Amino acid sequence: MIKIFTAIVLLAAVPALAQSEKYTEAMKANLAKFGTVKTTEEYQALAATFERIGDAEKTEWLPYYYAGIALLTPAWTDTKVDKDANATKIKSLLDKADPLTKDNKDKAELLAARNMTATQQMLVDPQNRWMTYGQEGGNYLKQAKELDPENPRLAYLEGAGIFGTPEQFGGGKAKAKPVLEKAVELFKAEKPEPLHPQWGLEIAESMLAQCQ
Amino acid sequence: MKKICLLAVSHVFVLMLHSQVTISGKLKDNRGRTIPGVSISIKDSYDGTIVDSLGNYKFTTTEKGEHILTATNIGYKTIEEKIVIGTTPIVKDFVMKEELSELKAVTVVAGSFAAGDVKRAATVLNSIDVATVGGGNADITNALRTLPGAQQVGEQEGLFVRGGAGYETKQFIDGTLVNNPYGTSIPDIATRGRFSPFLFKGTVFTTGGYSALYGQALSSALILESIDLPERSAANLSVSPIILGAGFQQLADNKKSSWGVNYNYVNLFAYFNLVKQTPDYFRMPIVQNADANFRIKTKRGGMIKYYTTFDRTNVGLRRPDIDSADMKDAFGLKNLSWYNNLSWRENFGNGWRMNLGLSYSTNHDDITQELQDQQNVKQNIDSAWGTIKNFVIDNRADLSQMKVVMEKRLFGISAIRFGGEYMHFYNRNVFNDYKVNLKENFSSIFAETDIYVTNDLAAKIGGRYEYSSILQKANIAPRISFAYKTGPGAQISAAYGLFYQKPETNQLIWTTNLGYTKASHYILTYQKSANDRIFRAEAYYKGYDDLVKNEAINASFNNNGHGYARGIEFFWRDRKTIKNFDYWVSYSYLDTKRDYLNYPERMQPNFATPHTLSIVTKRFFMDIKTGFNFTYSFATGRPYYRIVFDEGAGKFGVTDQGKTKPYHNLGFSMNYVPSIGKPNAKTFWVLVASVTNVLGYDPVFNYNYSYSGLVKQPVGLPAKRFYFIGAFFSWGVDRTQDAINNNL
Repeated sequence: MIKIFTAIVLLAAVPALAQSEKYTEAMKANLAKFGTVKTTEEYQALAATFERIGDAEKTEWLPYYYAGIALLTPAWTDTKVDKDANATKIKSLLDKADPLTKDNKDKAELLAARNMTATQQMLVDPQNRWMTYGQEGGNYLKQAKELDPENPRLAYLEGAGIFGTPEQFGGGKAKAKPVLEKAVELFKAEKPEPLHPQWGLEIAESMLAQCQ
Repeated sequence: MKKICLLAVSHVFVLMLHSQVTISGKLKDNRGRTIPGVSISIKDSYDGTIVDSLGNYKFTTTEKGEHILTATNIGYKTIEEKIVIGTTPIVKDFVMKEELSELKAVTVVAGSFAAGDVKRAATVLNSIDVATVGGGNADITNALRTLPGAQQVGEQEGLFVRGGAGYETKQFIDGTLVNNPYGTSIPDIATRGRFSPFLFKGTVFTTGGYSALYGQALSSALILESIDLPERSAANLSVSPIILGAGFQQLADNKKSSWGVNYNYVNLFAYFNLVKQTPDYFRMPIVQNADANFRIKTKRGGMIKYYTTFDRTNVGLRRPDIDSADMKDAFGLKNLSWYNNLSWRENFGNGWRMNLGLSYSTNHDDITQELQDQQNVKQNIDSAWGTIKNFVIDNRADLSQMKVVMEKRLFGISAIRFGGEYMHFYNRNVFNDYKVNLKENFSSIFAETDIYVTNDLAAKIGGRYEYSSILQKANIAPRISFAYKTGPGAQISAAYGLFYQKPETNQLIWTTNLGYTKASHYILTYQKSANDRIFRAEAYYKGYDDLVKNEAINASFNNNGHGYARGIEFFWRDRKTIKNFDYWVSYSYLDTKRDYLNYPERMQPNFATPHTLSIVTKRFFMDIKTGFNFTYSFATGRPYYRIVFDEGAGKFGVTDQGKTKPYHNLGFSMNYVPSIGKPNAKTFWVLVASVTNVLGYDPVFNYNYSYSGLVKQPVGLPAKRFYFIGAFFSWGVDRTQDAINNNL
């Protein structure tokens, strides 16, 4: 009787356990795809998958965050992507993620994604757009650093910004170097929670190497 | 045991449920086009996919039973459909409809060039673009002359648009009419516009078919929208051999309000001594200009703005008299001008918005014209040509006005706007001993509606009613335009409208027994814009009726004039192909004739020419922090006429005519921006140098005839070239640098 009772309890517990496990498994499987997908279309499909997970879960901000990252990633290099339309989509995802965050650290990650979105829009036409999107992006970065000063991705984004700015505009490798060094230091000290953002060390290191 | 059995069975059942089912189909929009990237999913599950570039989708699911299949995409209406998942594959096709959205919806561009930060497809020039037109000397009118539709008229101020005279183009700031947009006319010299391009965030240059919100301009309306709060507090200084200026702009800490003052002193004494001018200036041009402003952001996100500017001009010049061998004409002008504009833009919620504009301006011209001998002593020659060479003019023109426009958002993004305006004109005209005061109360009501049928089809339908107390006449002017989107960034639009304009003050002082002059516009436009490239082609026809005419030398004016203008224009701008290189090309073809003023019949007006071409190029070199800008303009020759009254025939006739030689002008400017390299610079400065007519071409705009008709003299430029060099400093916390540092 006890056995049966246990079995029933176990059986009843299966769906609940399965749901959480299903989420973790699905997230892990799809996060792994960041290493394999290549084309913009594949990234868009990956973003859609993350969004579906987010819509189904209803309480998790991470799926929406990664959906946004999946849309951001190919847009750095693919000139065919309409940056404004892409940004509209990313912002709608980040807006869905925002109320689901648990703490300031989560919020800082979303602001970092917003900074990248604004930067991509600015890069369409830097001469005419830095007044608007440049400032918008700068504000996100500033707010994010107030919420989580130890976040290495924020330090990396700041360094990358200086790295990409022409020397005559006050940027350049020499000025980017100390900021990137700090970013790498923060990356090495970072202890991310499972499934939480942890990208950035490699790209920060390679950019720092170019500064030497 | 029985229970355990049940348990086992249910597990088998569960396993069965995990068999996969394929769901596939096609998705198109309501016009049969594919929309790649649409997300298809089973609601509340992880299963789904996106639509591919051919419009197909396919995925598998392990879900069973009744579910909702959804298709979602930004800018489209979400589709939800119930499906029952069994064991057989499901095929489901979707048709998706676009949502109406301001960003995507087509806006009518027929007849208008929107410039500035207006986030619309028609955006063509912003204030920096205006300031960096090579040889344009940061004058709005000069920059707009490089756009299609405008004529290259160099001997007088104003925009001559599509066969219309300069006074047929009107300027509006924040909705209200500007009575004296240019410095007072000096014979055969074009004066500058009174307003700096940097005062405005948006400029709409309409070359016809414009909105029912504006009236009293037969040809064109130049609609200027002033800037809101400044970016930062700053002090400014302008230094040049011609101009000295200083100003201050204070932005409140809460960034909700600002105020500012500026003063400029222009003196051409040093410059005219260095660069010889054809006229002999006995009073070197001196202009003093002061302005002040305040701007307040309201609680509901509205804006209250006040701007006032005060100008004082003093100039005197002599030129050889055309009717005598050794005498001179001396022209002196003293001008005082004061302009005030108060505007209030407010959101009242519930889709209601208001734009209120109040404006008061007064302009005082004190003009003296004398015939002088070689010793510059006034001469009185008692002959037909001599008596008209000595006169004094003392004119005052005041305009007080109020305009209210209410806007109500209707269904979707459609909207209706309506309102009214009232203007009180006071003109005091003194010509020698002849004195006329004119008072005019002019009022109008207007309404227009924006109707969006879909994102691809929009219409603007409106009308205005006007009443002038001086003419004691009313008019009703309908305005209609349509736009149809033919593809991404591409549209065809059409506009029709009736436009009325009162006769000019210098006609009304002789008789007020006149009616409105009238023009009807028909415009067809194709525009395609994408990625910093824009192409536009526009064809138009304009009919003129009731133009002001005088048919005999002592007869008063009447409304018997008429005419037409038709043409085709092209515009191409490309900022993309070459990095840091921006260029545009405009071509205008114009065929126009009108019978007006003292023209004996329909003739091509002497300000109009069939072919006009402008090429504007701008290149900024980052490593030397310098931009180089060239503007080339070409126009075919303009007709000129000697029109005299034939006593025998009792009417005017043309006794001599011809065509001027073609017009060429190459303008150049460069701007050096050294502080661009210093991220923490507190001083931000720009060095500007410019030359007009680099190639030294001698333009002929028109010919002046002597009274006898025996002598004809070309009207050219007061000096071959105009050189400018100046430095503009700004001190303030330059936050733009932070923006660059953080984000490039």
